[in-house]
Parts: sequence; C-alpha cells; structure tokens
Amino acid sequence: MPAALKIVLAEDSVLLREGLVGVLTRFGHEVVAAVGEAESLKAAVASYAPDLVVTDVRMPPGLTDEGLRAALELRAANPSLPVLVLSQYVQRAYAAELLDTGDGTGVGYLLKDRIGQVEQFAEAVERVAAGGTVVDPEVVRQLLRRRRDPLAALTPREREVLGLVAEGKSNGAIARAMVVSEAAVGKHIGNILGKLDLPPAGDTHRRVLAVLTYLRA
Amino acid sequence: MIRTVVRDVWRAVAYLVSGVLVGCPLLVVFLVLGTLGLALAPVLVGLPLLAVAVLSGIPVGALERRRLALTRTPAPPDPHATPAEPGLAAWARLRLAERATWRELAYTGLFGFVLWPLDALVLFGALGMPGALIGAPVRLATTGSAGGDARIAKLWLIDSYGQALWCTALGVVLLLALLWPLVQYARARAALARLLLAPSEAEAQRRLAEVTRSRARLVAAFEAERRRIERDLHDGAQQRLVSLSMTLGLARLDAPPELADRLATAHREADEVLGELRELIQGIHPQVLADYGLPDALADAADRSAVPVEVDVELPRFTESVESAAYFAVREALANIGRHSGADRAWISGRYAGGRLRMEVRDDGTGGADPARGTGLTGLADRLAVLDGRLSVHSPAGGPTVLSLEIPCPQR
Repeated sequence: MPAALKIVLAEDSVLLREGLVGVLTRFGHEVVAAVGEAESLKAAVASYAPDLVVTDVRMPPGLTDEGLRAALELRAANPSLPVLVLSQYVQRAYAAELLDTGDGTGVGYLLKDRIGQVEQFAEAVERVAAGGTVVDPEVVRQLLRRRRDPLAALTPREREVLGLVAEGKSNGAIARAMVVSEAAVGKHIGNILGKLDLPPAGDTHRRVLAVLTYLRA
Repeated sequence: MIRTVVRDVWRAVAYLVSGVLVGCPLLVVFLVLGTLGLALAPVLVGLPLLAVAVLSGIPVGALERRRLALTRTPAPPDPHATPAEPGLAAWARLRLAERATWRELAYTGLFGFVLWPLDALVLFGALGMPGALIGAPVRLATTGSAGGDARIAKLWLIDSYGQALWCTALGVVLLLALLWPLVQYARARAALARLLLAPSEAEAQRRLAEVTRSRARLVAAFEAERRRIERDLHDGAQQRLVSLSMTLGLARLDAPPELADRLATAHREADEVLGELRELIQGIHPQVLADYGLPDALADAADRSAVPVEVDVELPRFTESVESAAYFAVREALANIGRHSGADRAWISGRYAGGRLRMEVRDDGTGGADPARGTGLTGLADRLAVLDGRLSVHSPAGGPTVLSLEIPCPQR
C-alpha cells in the first residue's frame, strides 16, 4: 500500500462528504479537513498544507462552479498542489480548464459516478497525488466520438492509446489493457506525439500536452 | 356597388333593430335597480343594488362591443385590465378605479334613455313611413270599410286604387331617399358607441405591455422551474445514488466471494441508474450553459450528438433566457438530425453582430423536414417568439437542411 496521504476534502453534501471520508480512510489515507464550501476549502489548504485536494465542482454559496474556481485558484497559487475535481457532469470545458493550470500534472477530473468503484477511485487519488493526470473515461469516450483535426491524423489504435493516456494510465497499464507489449505502446505514443507535433522534451510533460490537445479537439 | 349598398343597409337595420331589442329591457332593469337602490339606500340594503347599477355598464359594454361587429368593423377589444389578485372585492375595486367603467356607465345611461328610442324613431321614419305608403293598395283592399277608403299613415285619406298607386310610388321614392341617411345614422351611432366603449390609446398600450410582460414572465417561470427540478434531482436523488454506490463498493471489498457477486450485480445496476439520471439532468438544464455560456454548452451538445458536428461559435454571454432558448433550439435541431436526416455531418455556427444573435445548424442529410409537422420545432419557435426572435427551417427534398435562428438581444 502506498504512503498515507494528507487530504483536504470539499463537498457540500453531508452524505457524500461522510462517504468520501469513509472510502479514503478505508484505503489508509487521512482526511485532515472535510469542508462544505469554497472559502473554507482555501482556508483549510492554507492551514494543513495537504498532499492532495479533492473537491466537488458545484458548491455553495452560488451552487455553480465555485469548487472548480477554488481549485483553479489554489493551483494558480501553488502549481504543484495535486487537485482531484469531482463532478456530476461530463464537461470537457471543466476538465480542459483544470488541465491548463500548472503544467497539467497532478490534476484529475472524475465523474462522481466513479467514486462507487472504490478501488479505481483510490487508484486515481493516488495517481493524482503522485503527479499524474486523470481524465474521466466518460469525457474521454465522448471525445473519441468526435472526428476532427488535429486528431484526424491518428489511427483508431492511436486514438485508443491516447484515450488511455488521458485516463492517466502508465505505458505498462496501457499495454495490459490493450493486450499488447509495452514496446508497442511506446511506439504508438511516439507516433502520436509526432503526429500532434509535440517535440521531444520531458516525457511526462509531452504526454500531458497530448492529452490537452485531445481535450481541446 | 349595389351589393355593397344593400349589405350596408341590412347591417344598419340589423344594428338598429337589435339596439332597440337590447335597449328597451335595459331601460327597465336600469330604472328598477336605480329606484330600488335609492329607495333602500337609507337601510343600507340599497347600496349593493346601487353598486350593481354602477357596474351594470360592464356587461352592457361587453355586449355592445360585440354588437359593433354587426356594422362593418371588428368589435373593439375589452378596455379593462385583469385584476392582480383573485376575489370579487379586488375585481370591484379595480373596476371602480378604471375610467373605462365610468365611460361604460355613461354609455349605458345614454343608451337606455336616449339612444334606443332614437334608434326606434329613425327606424320608424326611414322604414315605417315609406312602408306604409308602399303598402297602400294592400291596405285599401283589406280594410273593406263601407266607403272603400283608407287612411294611410294616419295622414292621408285615399279612396281609389289610382291614389293608392301614387302612394306606392311616393313610398318607393321616399324609401330610396331615406336609406342613405339611415345608413349614416347607424354609422354615427356605432362611432359613438365605439368612442365610449373601445379602449383608449393609453389603455390599449397598457394592455399590450401587460400581455408582453406576462408572456415573458411565463417563460421565466418555466425556466426557473427547469432549474429547480435540476437542482432537486442533483442535490437529492443523485447524491444519494452516489452514496449508495459508494456503500456498495465498500461492502464488496469486505464481502465473502458468493455475496460479492450479488453485490456486484446490485452495484452495476446502481451505476446504470446513476448514468441515466445524469443524462436526464443534463437534458433538463445543462450546468455548463450557466457556468460557461453558449459556446461551451454547444460544444458539449456536439460531443453528445450521434452525428459528428463541427462547432464554429464565437459569442459573448447573454441573459439566461436568450442562452437557454438558443441552446435548446440547437439541441432540438441536432436531435432531429440524428433521428431523421440521414446526415453524416452537421455544422453549428453562431455570431453576434449589430445587437442580434444569429445561429445556424446545417447538415448534409436528405432534407424534407417540415416545421409544421414537428411539435418540437413549433415549441422552439414559440420560445424564440417570446424574445422577439425568429426560427426558420429551410429543408428542400434532397437536402440539405438549414435551421437558422435570430434573436435581438443585448450582451450581458
């Protein structure tokens, strides 16, 4: 089991807040603060310096996207702070805005539906905290239906790989999911980066850029 | 020409005759109400009667406005405002404060005491006198008095058919000469009624403003209701389902294998319901529309479309009702494209210029869409009409179909 994380949680529904605390605790993490609105979230992050922030998009007082706004502010102030945003909606716009913060690492955008799949949820939490990028499979699935530049150049196989990259999977995990060798995955990713015109640099960073291109397509 | 004159005469006669038929009993009722009311006023019972007498102008006015349709003009609209609150007291208070009520009362008094007797007099003069003259031969033949004479119109004594035929000729000439004044009198009479009973310019304006406002209020209420339903589902059912799914997920971790299988089934079902509920809420009111506006909401709608859609939309933010009307119009168009058009691609474009939002949804399908047939499009056209917007569908057989909408609106 990976190291226990210090987590600040923001969720306005008491029912879900308690549930989330339960799930995170079950997987060995410590919820240092569980709050119900955006201002307390910012205060809690300031006083606890957590390893990860988990926040709902829609929060009081306006019940629109206060949670997301708070997350963006926190990321702007501290780009290395990992943030996992939970949403009731499949919205590319929210995910894209979130990935635009910092260098796009250490962020996640997940549908609340995923929390029920507790093991996968815990995995996503750990991946984001470790600096990974997680985009909800439902957002990915919707984007896959779009056929438009710059993704038009990609083969269906490459698009599938890019989708899995967007979900935050490592090459090894992608290889297992697609039942191919890890070398084949590496080759696909190389092709994708080439076709999306992303010059070689730090490898993680290019992967994030590829996902961003994908989200904006 | 002759036909028009004949029709005018008939209308004038019908108007005046019905005036007499209404006016005569009206006078009786009015007198009875007024006298009883005044007589009983000291014991207070009379006061309601007097109030009824004062308000009696209202039904009379309504009837008289309808009767104006007998002349060649349309009946004027009701000049009265709709009471803001229910109840007889509120109604009476409003009516007593309205000028229209008092104009109607004045008309009713005039009608009962002056106008209908005048109508009767004119009818008698213009039709009765010539009628009697024309009928002289018949009168002579049927009186059968000893001397074989008859008194025509109580004026002339005639005793031969020669004289009677002269009378007939005179009657015809007189009738023809009097028809024109008869028609003129009826017109003047109708004009007077219209003057007192039709809404004044200010009243008509106010009424139009009232209708426009109430239409906009209805749409706003509809919009608020949508959001309330969305919020209720979001804060209630959706959160509880997520919580249920979480509980099931945790339970599966610790359950023995045989139970874990059954829990997995339950978990899958809960997740499916959750997915369906999410789509349902999205359909009722998409949160992204409120948060980000039309371009992102439309991009999102395009993501969900069965047919690939290209979105080219550059727009500022507008008021909620404008954004939501445009959004739902485009989404309905996309749904139609997915269901009926057989298209492979669709395009959404939107621009804001010169104070007008213009949007277009185009596809490469087979065309032949008929906005008159689809209730969906009619509903959308109605929603746009509230905002003074327009929706048009151009869809020749063989395609392509182009739906365009235009809404005059300020930026937010």
